[in-house]
Amino acid sequence: MSEITQRISDSSRTLVSSRRSLLYVGIAAVLWLVAYNIIQPLADWLAYTALGLAADSRLGEALAFFFYDVPKILLLLAGMVFLISIVRTFFSPERTRALLGGKREGVGNVIAACLGIVTPFCSCSAVPLFIGFVEAGIPLGVTFSFLIAAPTINEVAVIMLFGLFGWQIAALYIVSGLVIAIAAGFVMGRLKLERHVEDFVWKIHSENAAHTESLTWNERIERAWQSVREIVGKVWLYVVVGIAIGAGIHGYVPESALVDIMGKDAWWSVPAAVLLGVPLYSNAAGMVPIVGVLVEKGASLGTALAFMMSVIGLSLPEAVILRRVLKLPLLITYFGVVAVAIIMIGTFFNWVL
Amino acid sequence: MLTIKILGSGCANCKKLEAVTRQVVTNLQLDAEIIKVTEYPDIMAYNIMSTPGLVINERLVSAGRIPSPNEIAAFLTNAQPAN
Repeated sequence: MSEITQRISDSSRTLVSSRRSLLYVGIAAVLWLVAYNIIQPLADWLAYTALGLAADSRLGEALAFFFYDVPKILLLLAGMVFLISIVRTFFSPERTRALLGGKREGVGNVIAACLGIVTPFCSCSAVPLFIGFVEAGIPLGVTFSFLIAAPTINEVAVIMLFGLFGWQIAALYIVSGLVIAIAAGFVMGRLKLERHVEDFVWKIHSENAAHTESLTWNERIERAWQSVREIVGKVWLYVVVGIAIGAGIHGYVPESALVDIMGKDAWWSVPAAVLLGVPLYSNAAGMVPIVGVLVEKGASLGTALAFMMSVIGLSLPEAVILRRVLKLPLLITYFGVVAVAIIMIGTFFNWVL
Repeated sequence: MLTIKILGSGCANCKKLEAVTRQVVTNLQLDAEIIKVTEYPDIMAYNIMSTPGLVINERLVSAGRIPSPNEIAAFLTNAQPAN
């Protein structure tokens, strides 16, 4: 009897607390909308009235741009990371592995790349994820499609592209990332490189059942809020510095300064951009505003996108982590195939756009 | 006595999880041994796909995130043998 009353009081307590957290989410959404709508007038006021700069002066324009873009991007990041994180609480690497089990190559590559977007992933977990996939019998090429899509199509990059250049460019980036992940993973699968996976990987057989958890809405909201704090806390400085550099170049570097070296007609600019991008490891937050301004000054879109993907998707720290499970020839093939795929798609965009 | 294992190859989040867990153990004045598991074959024995993982008395309680101190306290209290 007392157990039943206990259970009833427990569930009513969860109900009350989840109602309260829904209320908080509602209040936050209203505040967010208000803030989003007053930043433009506020930025203009700050630059032109409070600081007294002329509306057509270089400095005034650059500062107004900066005062508007920084809060706008930070607000977009907070709001959208929250929504994406809620979606991600419905996915987990364990669930993705179960969804991919038994899929053939081809279909498997497509599904793996798509799941790479929604599955929570941190490159520090690349090794357990790789082992978990391989152990479950998921083909190597399908595993690579996931490992390429997950870091490349990351939420910060997509949100910033959306905020600074509109949804078309953000969509173009997502589709290119998917195409690269699917194609490169498929090619890797055809190459039959299983013997270049470190031997210990094949010996692991875990007897424990996979970790699963069922979450309440309350917990989902709490976790989403936690990742907003974590991500915004980590990238805000990059956003500010990136936009400041962007605003500086915007005001002071002549238009078309980069046409000769990064324009469409320089065929070698895409491979050069990709090669330059591999050793550079930066997070998307600082990259996007700078890349955007490069485009404005005459760099072509294909070259700029290729550069961005190479910096974000192919990083040396990740290579070092993956070296634990991949022998050198496989690791080099992996980077090589992905780099070629990025070069092809960048060249393609330069050609058609 | 509790046996707590932190699964992870030494990433920033693994260190953070260890620090939080130690703090909770001290606060609750528990008798516990904290072991760091850093080799992949040993980590994978618990069938996790994201690190850091937290294991209490050989039972995996969380993976791929840093639970809040309150959550960890609840895990630890639940794992205590009932007297």
